[in-house]
Amino acid sequence: MACGQNSMLKLYRNLLRESKKWCNYNYREFALRKIRHEFRKNKIIEDPTKIQDCYVKGLQSLETIKRQVIIGNLYKTNKLVIEMDKA
Amino acid sequence: MLQSLRIILLKQWQLKKCRMLHTSISQLIEISVSKSDEDKLQATPTLGRALYLDAQATTPMDPRVLDKMMPYLTSYQGNPHSRTHMYGWESEAAVDHARQQIADLINANTKEIIFTSGATECNNIAIKGVARFYKEKKNHIITTQTEHKCVLDSCRFLQGEGFKVTYLPVMSNGLINLEELEAAITPETSLVSIMTVNNEIGVRQPIEEIGSICRKNKIFFHTDAAQALGKIPIDVNKMNIDLMSISGHKIYGPKGIGALYVRRRPRVRLEAIQSGGGQERGMRSGTVPAPLAVGLGAACELANNEMAYDHEYITKLSNFLIEGITSQLTHVIRNGDPVSWYPGCVNLSFAYVEGESLLMALKDIALSSGSACTSASLEPSYVLRAIGTSEDLAHSSIRFGIGRFSTIEEINYTVINTVKHVNRLREMSPLWEMVLDGIDLKTIKWTQH
Repeated sequence: MACGQNSMLKLYRNLLRESKKWCNYNYREFALRKIRHEFRKNKIIEDPTKIQDCYVKGLQSLETIKRQVIIGNLYKTNKLVIEMDKA
Repeated sequence: MLQSLRIILLKQWQLKKCRMLHTSISQLIEISVSKSDEDKLQATPTLGRALYLDAQATTPMDPRVLDKMMPYLTSYQGNPHSRTHMYGWESEAAVDHARQQIADLINANTKEIIFTSGATECNNIAIKGVARFYKEKKNHIITTQTEHKCVLDSCRFLQGEGFKVTYLPVMSNGLINLEELEAAITPETSLVSIMTVNNEIGVRQPIEEIGSICRKNKIFFHTDAAQALGKIPIDVNKMNIDLMSISGHKIYGPKGIGALYVRRRPRVRLEAIQSGGGQERGMRSGTVPAPLAVGLGAACELANNEMAYDHEYITKLSNFLIEGITSQLTHVIRNGDPVSWYPGCVNLSFAYVEGESLLMALKDIALSSGSACTSASLEPSYVLRAIGTSEDLAHSSIRFGIGRFSTIEEINYTVINTVKHVNRLREMSPLWEMVLDGIDLKTIKWTQH
């Protein structure tokens, strides 16, 4: 099946990796928080068709994130004050 | 240079003469001095951008919303009202889908959703439209003193046309008294307009109770839900809402679009303000902007799916903010009801601190002392005045707006800096010294020179 544990883990890592490319602090942090939340929440699902649905949704989200990271980073701004403090 | 500073100071002095009783001159001087600092700040690109904590003014667009809009901004340029070719059909299908997404969020029928340019236009159409349509038989409108400016201004405009308007007062927690509402209803009343969540203090009016009172008396009930939609559950049938204003840019959607819900059973009729091609059931002529409509629909669907998650997260941040500030500072007053309240809007008054000085000191955080429409004036907020906040406390209030994209780090930074600057500004104030010495300021007899 397309969504064994390995492919699911790969999707999770890809989602996080793509989200980290976001220059916009708020979008980046939201994406990371939301991805982690969704995977944690859906960990208990055992029905294979539901898992497949989640997997497809994840793949679509990955495409959305890829596109939006490109658009967002075309028009990036200065970093926020809290990011400056960290650096 | 000195001359101009003196003129600025003199102007500030005249503006704030009445406020001198409550704030010290050193704080006031800081406002005019820091004005030039601000110019310097804008010129230095090395400084970081301010944090955004003004979610009531507008929200950043969700990237998922933009993703849904992009095709209609680039490839599908059709006019959704064009019936003769495929470009029109594509756009029409997209607009219809968006209408469905909005209707699903509020449990309405798609035919009851009218696209407009925003909540202000919705409020204008709803109030003026209904009032004028029924003016032969009924010429009385009820609203509250804490409504948004566009509702109050529409009502004032109608007063000029001969309508009677009752502006209900609110209690000190910002909520209306239902008995007063019932007492204000007359056989001539055609419309009651009360907002769901207040834009300045975040209180939630008892919409369901107001709805049932209006239905019982056969009066139309309009609510401005711009600040409430997508943040708290709204069901137009359960709450007996007849007309509802929706704004796109308050729910992480695009700016420049809104929607008006107009009930069909029992039917609400209204006189259109805009004449034209008769789009949107004749209530709002003009081409529906398909990309913006798609964006509003997508924002509504996201809100529908993520309302509980967002609400829990925002409540957590909001509690962290309030506890962080109130545990480290005394004489901080929270405005608005602490129970019937949307946690994303925190309005605090810092006694003995000039609100504007504090906003200037916190210039790396985008905050506001009240609604964005009135943020240009130094007048204290009329909403705070309506809930009985004294002049000095109304001048020292700050609104913190927390949204989906706020983070705990941002709130932490805000707490640390707010505490730091409030303490610094208070140390400048002789009044604060007196308070620390235990002198009750109200017993002092001030003499004017």
